[in-house]
Amino acid sequence: MRRYLLRRVLHAVPVVFGVVTVVFLLVHLLPGDPVEILLGESAMPAQKEELRREMRLDRPVLVQYADFLSGLPRGDLGTSIRSREPVLREIGRRFPATLLLAATSTFVAILVALPLGVLAATRKGRPADYLSGIASMVSLSVPNFCLGPLLVLLFSVQLSLLPVGGYGTARHLVLPAATLGTGMAALLTRMVRASLLEEIGKEYVTSAAARGLSRRAAVLRHALRNALLPVVTVLGLSFGAVLAGSVITETIFSWPGVGRLLVQAIDARDYPLVQGCVLVIALCTVAVNLATDLLCARLDPRIRYE
Amino acid sequence: MSDGAGVLALLRRASRHRGAAWGLAILSLLSVAALLAPAIAPRDPLAQSLDEGLSPPSPGHWLGQDKLGRDVLSRLLHGARLSLAVGFLTVAISLSIGVAAGSLAGFLGGAVDRIFVGVCDVLMAFPGILLAIGISAVRGPSFGNVLFALSILGWVGYARVVRAQVLKLKAMDYVESARAVGSRPSRLLLAHVLPNAISPILVEATFGIGRAIVAEAGLSFLGIGVAPPAPSWGSMIGEGRHFLFVAPHLVTAPGAAILLTVMSFNFVGDGLRDALDVREEAR
Repeated sequence: MRRYLLRRVLHAVPVVFGVVTVVFLLVHLLPGDPVEILLGESAMPAQKEELRREMRLDRPVLVQYADFLSGLPRGDLGTSIRSREPVLREIGRRFPATLLLAATSTFVAILVALPLGVLAATRKGRPADYLSGIASMVSLSVPNFCLGPLLVLLFSVQLSLLPVGGYGTARHLVLPAATLGTGMAALLTRMVRASLLEEIGKEYVTSAAARGLSRRAAVLRHALRNALLPVVTVLGLSFGAVLAGSVITETIFSWPGVGRLLVQAIDARDYPLVQGCVLVIALCTVAVNLATDLLCARLDPRIRYE
Repeated sequence: MSDGAGVLALLRRASRHRGAAWGLAILSLLSVAALLAPAIAPRDPLAQSLDEGLSPPSPGHWLGQDKLGRDVLSRLLHGARLSLAVGFLTVAISLSIGVAAGSLAGFLGGAVDRIFVGVCDVLMAFPGILLAIGISAVRGPSFGNVLFALSILGWVGYARVVRAQVLKLKAMDYVESARAVGSRPSRLLLAHVLPNAISPILVEATFGIGRAIVAEAGLSFLGIGVAPPAPSWGSMIGEGRHFLFVAPHLVTAPGAAILLTVMSFNFVGDGLRDALDVREEAR
């Protein structure tokens, strides 16, 4: 396991390096001079120079890149143009809200997907399977910027059951978590169904049944455990998508997380903050993928020896 | 089976899939409506009528009017042109890059392949449309920038599928035989390997069009997609969500259009994948 861990961590290093490089290049994709775009052509030359110095754009690109890299270990992602605060401090303040939303959505998705996937697999070809298939397809096809407003329309406007947006209580969490978790729940349901169907067809399940175990026990105690391994991989990979999806969901529900901060930074053309938010979300995704791989290797020793 | 006949057989088998047949029928209708939008749209999608802003559906305006009094149905029809254009163009650009990169990496192997895998790993670390959001945010809203932002990450998925196919096919006996009789590497790749890799690419591309439509709508929802006042389904929802209490039709109409379109592409993709699975099993 230690060798696998080392190999996997070493593999993540160039990925992190590449992610940092792409994020650094983002501001250099600006069509024209970033300073002029921010201040307008009519700004005083002194103002432009000051901002150029502040954004470290007055030095050659390679020096800027070296500065950017050397600042990262100290947590220096630059200074927000809007608030004049360090970017990392701004993100740090918003991060717990995003984490809470992402974790709750994932938890809800698992709660929905597991029983639904098992039901669909054990009742293959019957109405429950078809219904679950249709529900999954609709949920996978409805983007969160459609689903969010529709849920608000139903539960806040029509039924007056839940708040339109905001943060603070469990009731505020329900609609954003449902919006963000629906796609993931659909994907997991399909995955649980497919994976369980494959396991149910294997000999050890037949053998367990032959030894007198009820079909229910053979499926739930034996097949499901093995079927969950690919589900863990999909769960890990989807967590990144949930973090990215939080950008739109947090905007819809005025949820004070990193996603909303990113949109506010875009509106204010606060490029260091845009860079910081994109970098933090991407690095979290790399970390979650790494953790998922390690967890899978822990659960299935075969992976370690591949 | 020749490659052209293989794709035809795949399409024939997919059309027997009930969901795929429905999806294809809806997409055909949508494509015709999008193509004929200037002729069949009841009004100019940009024409404002401020005193009628936020009006509900009526005989004059079947899907109502937005806050500037623009006809929602006309904007929806013209939005279909934009959505389908973004979907097909993004996939065309991504597919061109992906097929070139994936086939070269898989065919040449060695350092080229290692660099390819590294670049893919880095780009895949940006989940969903995060990188597209970053790029669109700095480049500003425009049709070209949306295509650029979506294609820069979009090619990776195709390239990985193509690479996997090429790695599998280049080890097959018929390719070895062609190599043994003196076929040049370029001919091996273009005439013998790539044509047989088309089917899985077709499946991936079908899902890709739906994904690109959602991504464009997502960017437009955030205000960094196609520049206003061009009618985009995403920006229609983005503007409409502020009036949910008084004019819910501003969200439900474009929402239903996106759902129906994406679901149709997903059904067609599912049908193609199922048809392909059957063929793979039969081999």
